[in-house]
This record gives sequence, structure tokens and C-alpha cells, in this order.
Amino acid sequence: MEDLPKSIVTGNSAPRIRSDCKITFELTSKEGILIDLHSKVGSMYGASIRELLMGELEFFGIRNAKIVIEDSGALPFVISARLEVAIKSLIRTEKEFLPVMLDENLYQSSRNRFRFSRLYLPGNTPNLMLNAGIHQPNGVILDLEDSVAPDKKEEARYLVRNALRQVDFMGVERMVRINQLPAGLDDLKFVIPHNIHILLVPKCEGPEQIGELEDEINKLEPGREVFLMPIIESALGVEKAFDIAVSSRNIVAMAIGLEDYTADIGVRRTHQGTESLYARTRLVNACKAAGIQPIDSVFSDVGDQEGLRKAVMNSKSLGFEGMGCIHPRQIRIIHKGYSPSDEEIENARKIVYAYKKATEQGLGVVSLGTKMIDPPVVKRAQKIIELAVDMNILRENWLEELMETK
Amino acid sequence: MKHGTSTNIKHIMKIPGLVQNAAGRWVPLKVNGKTQVPFQGIGKFMPDGKKHGVNIPTCANYPSDGNKQVSTLKEALIKAGLKDGITISTHHHFRNGDLLSNQIFDIAKELNVKDLVWFPSASFPCHEHLIQYLEDGTIHHIEGSMNGPLGRFASEGKMKGTGVLRSHGGRYQAIQDGEVQIDIAVIGAACTDPFGNANGLNGSSATGLLGFALADSQFADKVIIVTDNMVPFPCLPWQIQGNFVDYTVEIEKLGDPEKIISGTTRITKSPDRLYMAELTAKFCEAAGIIKEGFSFQSGAGGTSLAVGEYFKEIMKKKGIKARFARGGSNKYLVSMLQEGLIDYLLDGQTFDLEGVRSMSENPNHVWTSPFTSYNYHSKGNFAGMVDVVILGATEIDINFNANVVTHSDGYLLHGIGGWQNCLFSKTVILPVPLFRDRIPVIVDEVTTLCGPGELIDVVVTERGIAINPQRQDLIEAVKGSGLPLKTIGELKEIAEKICGKPEKALFEDQIIAIIKWVDGTILDTVKKVKEKING
Repeated sequence: MEDLPKSIVTGNSAPRIRSDCKITFELTSKEGILIDLHSKVGSMYGASIRELLMGELEFFGIRNAKIVIEDSGALPFVISARLEVAIKSLIRTEKEFLPVMLDENLYQSSRNRFRFSRLYLPGNTPNLMLNAGIHQPNGVILDLEDSVAPDKKEEARYLVRNALRQVDFMGVERMVRINQLPAGLDDLKFVIPHNIHILLVPKCEGPEQIGELEDEINKLEPGREVFLMPIIESALGVEKAFDIAVSSRNIVAMAIGLEDYTADIGVRRTHQGTESLYARTRLVNACKAAGIQPIDSVFSDVGDQEGLRKAVMNSKSLGFEGMGCIHPRQIRIIHKGYSPSDEEIENARKIVYAYKKATEQGLGVVSLGTKMIDPPVVKRAQKIIELAVDMNILRENWLEELMETK
Repeated sequence: MKHGTSTNIKHIMKIPGLVQNAAGRWVPLKVNGKTQVPFQGIGKFMPDGKKHGVNIPTCANYPSDGNKQVSTLKEALIKAGLKDGITISTHHHFRNGDLLSNQIFDIAKELNVKDLVWFPSASFPCHEHLIQYLEDGTIHHIEGSMNGPLGRFASEGKMKGTGVLRSHGGRYQAIQDGEVQIDIAVIGAACTDPFGNANGLNGSSATGLLGFALADSQFADKVIIVTDNMVPFPCLPWQIQGNFVDYTVEIEKLGDPEKIISGTTRITKSPDRLYMAELTAKFCEAAGIIKEGFSFQSGAGGTSLAVGEYFKEIMKKKGIKARFARGGSNKYLVSMLQEGLIDYLLDGQTFDLEGVRSMSENPNHVWTSPFTSYNYHSKGNFAGMVDVVILGATEIDINFNANVVTHSDGYLLHGIGGWQNCLFSKTVILPVPLFRDRIPVIVDEVTTLCGPGELIDVVVTERGIAINPQRQDLIEAVKGSGLPLKTIGELKEIAEKICGKPEKALFEDQIIAIIKWVDGTILDTVKKVKEKING
């Protein structure tokens, strides 16, 4: 075993950083616990911060240490995560200092809920997490992968774990993007036990990775089923898309990551997206064949709302059913884009109504006005209606209501 | 206060020198040697008496050619009678780009003048320069908002006298009533003629209007106009009339244009704040406030500006026009005026160059003053005519009382501005975040009382909207709207659940400033902050 260091710095403190803290932690041999607290909110929370730190040190059996904490208004779950990772860098222990799991965070998800938008939250940036729920994306992704600097990976695991327990995400689907496998396997014990709904598996290139991942999840919590969303980000991944999609019944959606994909095939990513058209349509096809949701890559220019609108329209026309977002302001445009338009719903209502009428009258052929309606058209209309009902745009008993009035 | 009648003059004196006012706050009866009236309740105290009478000089004592120009600011100040213990007023049109106020006290220091009272309409971080003069006795105390570093200095108990914080309307009233007698008013103006006619419209230091200097020009003993753009008579339009003016001076530069244009006049990009702004606008729509011919006022903070933009969307969608908007003008309001969404823009202070331009060119963009807009001791003012006003706050308590001057840690950091005056609008909405960097905004009791809860109707946060139970009409109006309604108590609980229950700020007995209500009575005090070991 390698020697552990005697002191460590964790967390973040800089003029522009808010709701975080930096902890300099040193094990000493005598003099007990010395806490040097510099906090923006010291006059309001100084005593409770000290109490928190003392309690956590006692939990880990530490009697002599020096702590310098520079705090810009970190919430308790942030402070305790910063301290825990510091402690675990200096001593070996299997214990976990878990903050209380909020009752509000115990809700479940379901396979078929719609996933138009999922908001990426960098896993080591607490202030972006706190209000994420109020913007009501369909899901939040606490990201342990690309948005976390390599030397902050361990810190982020503790922060994400605590956030899953302490931040009220207000009913949205709770997702975590783990690191690329195999490193991502080490992330699992920080997230699986904390009511995670979907694991995003980045740079997925084959069904065996999914198998490996599920074995590990099973070891951690036998019998626990966690939905999976593999992200396809390479030429090989695209080739394997269908195999991946059907490799586990826990896979509910599959996404494409175009920054890495275009890099992999050696081209530049453009707004038009001609260079990735093959990969995207192939992914959509694989997903539809497997009966899961195809999810599009993020649109990275936060300032370009019109560009996003167009990208969503284009994405929807290819068959995608959702898109990642990197800023809350993208959510509404994405929701509006993927949800059925009034015109689509109205049209679908007419078709389904005509179909119902035709069936009642025992007619084999459905027609609307002078137009014949083929069965697949009816099927598509039914899908739109389902979505509209799910989204509360249309009442569940709309058809009965319509029959009564006619 | 010299005059006034009240319906409630029973005061219990438990703490020596302090009485409990109608808001339950303990306030002194004497401040800086002047007798004070404790707050008696809204509309209870009736200030009376006559206007302060200034000496009327004769034009025989002024140059017959009308040329009142002297060569330097120093010369003007000496001629105006700069000496120990007098009151000097300035104005905050240049905001954080003000280069004039600091120079006045540099000159006072050079002349070894002591114990001055500085009576600005507001102060900004650029006035940190004056701390040295508060320390060495050049300035005795400040009567006016103390922002940033000055507020911190005062909160540490280092100012010789007691600060007096007033609203913009309260400042006009204090001058008009003679409660504050200005010895020398120094008015910076973007454009002046040698006679003293002045405006804020033309020149490199343009600020739009000079409304905050109106009372000073009318009631100060001596008036000096300082400009960096002297034009031959007549300077038009004359927002300040030269007939009130004693001396005019031209200096190289009045203000730093980049800082005159306040950084606050940009719509927030924060998604959380945009969400609150949108919720505020939706509330107004659901409550039926946004209707043909309505009026509104929203501040220049990022969130308030965003509310205006959401109003605009709703008005366009419904094909509705507002009769007038009060502001803080800025490019967003100007665009609404130009698009015909508002008939008139009644401007109290101009926040950007687009506002300045519009005021010069558009007769429907009108300059106002604290007299027309806010003065309580008068035959009326505009504030009460406004249908809805959107304001901020540092703290709001479970009785809807609000604080705008101190933070929860007890430090004085902001001024009152027009905030108190605007509370008389028909509906007052405060969009605030539930907490800022772990500091809860909704609390059990505000640290400093600036606005009584009975005047505050709605609090909008990112986690829900609370309507004052006194406004059953609003509660009724938004029923079934789907808006996330909560009680103020519930909002406080949510904030505390997330942040933890904060310890109260600790104070020493020393009163470092008082908060005046719009009628001139004392609403609350600010005390010296006691340092905690945990800080």
C-alpha cells in the first residue's frame, strides 16, 4: 500500500465561486481539532459549520487535525462532501458520512416517461445544482465525466452522492453520467444506492460494456434495476448501436454524442450536421428497432436560441425524441420542439376519431374526407395522442368527449 | 422634525433614550442633536408647518451680465461660505462614475475645514475615497444612502455622527420642511450656461435628468453648478433654473461615462432570476393587473428589467397598451415607448444612453423629480397612481415587512432610494430569491425595517409565490391559475430547510444610522455590528 499524504486541499474558493468551500485539511498528532473558519456567512452559520465539521471528524474517529475552511455560502451537504473526501485522502476507511435522504427525493421513474430534455449539471459545481429542479427539465444529469476536471473526479463523486440525497430535484428524472468504462465502474457505489433513475454510459462501444456494468450494479445491490442510457460517441459505437440497444432490458434510451463522434471520424461538427447524418439516422433506426427512445446530442451555443429551435425541428424530423441541454434556457425550446404541435394533435384527433367510427361501423377502410387512411398513419396518430395525453395537453377521455358532442 | 401632529403619542420608555414606535422598533428621540418623531403607523402622522424659507437675495448682488462663472470649484466653495460644520449636498446622477463629490471634500480637507455633513441623494462604491475624511473629522456624518464600503465603515461604528437614511421622497420632504438645511448644494450638470441654467442631457457626462437636485436648487442657501460642458446662455432645456444659482464652474471632467451608465441596466442572464421574473409577469396577468391603460414601475435591477420584458410579451400578445410606465428609464422601456406599448414614460432617473437620447427627442419621455413622484408632505404624488410596482429587498419577514438597507449579517450596504415611496403603488410585488449563497431572504423578522408589511402585497420566489393575506382580492383573482402559491411561512420553512436556521446578527447598543419613513418619522435604527468569533 502506498503511503497516504499528511495534508490535502479539496473544494473550490475563488472570487467568482459561490455556494462552495475550500478545505485545507491536515492530520496532526496533538492539540485536538483546530478549525480556522473564513466564511461569508460566518455570522449566521459559523457555529453550525463548526458543529458539522466536528461531528464528521468524530464520525471518522479523528481527534487531532487542522482545518482551514474558506466558505462562500456552501450548504451543509457541500461542506461535508468536501471534508469527507479530504479525510479519505488521508486515512483509510470504508465508512460513509451520509447526509439525510430527503423524502422528496424518493420518487420512482418509469420506462416510458418522455425524455425531451435532460439538463447537464457539472458534478463538482454545487451552485448549479441547487435550483436545477425549478426549471423542470425532464431529467437532470449529475455529470461525473467531461465537465469535471481530472484532478477533481474524486471530489465530484462525494458531491454528487450528497446532492442526490439532499437537493430536491422536484420530480424530474434523476440521472448520473458516469465516467467512461472501466473507470466509471468506480463511480457506481457513489450513485447506485441513492435513488438514481438512469445511468448514462458515455463512449459506449459494445454490449459487453453494458454487461460488465450491470454485473457491477448487481454486486452492489443485487436485484436492483437501474435504467441505462448508453451514449454513442464513436464510429465503432455507431456500428454496434443496435447490439447495444438490445443488450439489456434496462436500456430505455440511447443518445448520440456528436463532439466526440465527429472528432473520432476526423471532421468538424457543423450546424447543418451533414457529417453526422449517417450516425444519427443509424442510431434512430437502432433505437426504434429496439423499442427505446433515441436521444440527440446537445446544442452547444447557449446564446443561439433560433439555432437551437431549428436544430430541434431537424432532430425531431429525423426521429429523435429528446436532446441534452447545457443551460436551463434551452429547456423550453426543446420541450416545445419535441412535443406535438397543436396542428399535429388536431390532425391526429381527426384520424383517431375516424378510425374509431370506422371500427364501430365494421368498416375495413378508414377515410377522412376523401382521403384513405392507411393503418400506419393511424398508428402514428395514436402515438401523437398518447404523447399529448401524457403531457396533459389533451384530456385522457378526449375521445369520449368528442363522441358525445358529435 | 419641528412640526407635526399625530394620533398616537404615548410612548413607553424602557431603554434610556429610546422609545418603541408603532412598528415595535426602539428608536431614539434625538439624533445628531435634532428632535425626532417615532413612527406612528402608516398615514397616522401628519407633518405640517410651512416650507423652509431660504434667504431671498437680490439680483443687484449678482453680476448684471448674468455671468456667475468662477474659475475653480475651490473658489466657488470658498465664495459660497465653506466652513466648519455646514451641510453640503450632492446628487447621484453620475452614480459610480461620480468624480465631483470626492473633489469637494478634497478641497475641504486642503482648507482644513471640519465636521461637515454630507447630504448626498445616494452614495456609491466610488465614494470609498471619503472614508479618510470620515476618519480625520473633515466629514462628521452622512445623511443619505450609504452603499458598499461607506455602509461597512458606518456599521463598524466608525462614523462620528449618526447616519440618516431617507427615501428619495423623504429627502425632498426633509429639505422642503427645513429638517435638513443645506448650506451649499453642489450640482453636477452635463450642460450649463454661465447664469446657471442646467440640464443633464447634453455633453459627455450626460445623465438625462437632474430631478434629484431639484429640492437642493430650490431650498439650499447657496447653489453651485459644476459642468464640463459650459455653453453660452441660454442652456436649454433648463431642468435647473439659473435663477436659483449662485456660482457656476467648468471643470475638466464630471464623471466617468462608462460608470455613469450603471451596470445594473442589463437584463439578468441568470435562469433562476428569469424564472422569477416570468413568474411575476404571469402573476400580474392572472391577477388582471395587465390591462388596457394600466401603469407600472419596475426598477433597474436585472430581475426587474426582465419583468418588463415579460410584460411586453404579454401586452403584445393581448394587444394591450399601458398609459404610462415609471422608471428608471433604460433601453428596454424606451423600446416599449417607441413601439407604442406605453403612451408616456415618466422618468425618475436615466440609466443608459438610450434613455438620455429618448428623453431629448421624445416629448412623451418626461423627466420627473422626487417632488412630483414621491413627496409625501405635499398635495399628492404619482407613486400611488401606479397599478403595479416591482421592487427588490434584502430580507422579507413572515409579516411581509421588508428590508432594503442591511444584509442579514447586519451590515448597512444599500440605500432606500425610491423604494419606500413606491410602496404606495396599488400592488407591490417583490421578486426575490429564497436564498442567496445560503443566506435566507425570507426570515422570521427583518434585521432592519424599511417597509411595513401592510404595504407589501406579493412576494415571488423561485420556489413559490406568497400573497399578503390582507390582499384577499388578489388571492381570489389568481385562484385556479395554476401558479405555485404558498404562504410566506411556508416559503420561510423551505428556505430554512435548505440553508439551515441562521443565527441572528449581533449588535452593540450604538446606533449608527436611523431609517426614516416617508413622513419624516423614525421607522427603525441600524446598530453597530458586533463581531462574532466565527466570522
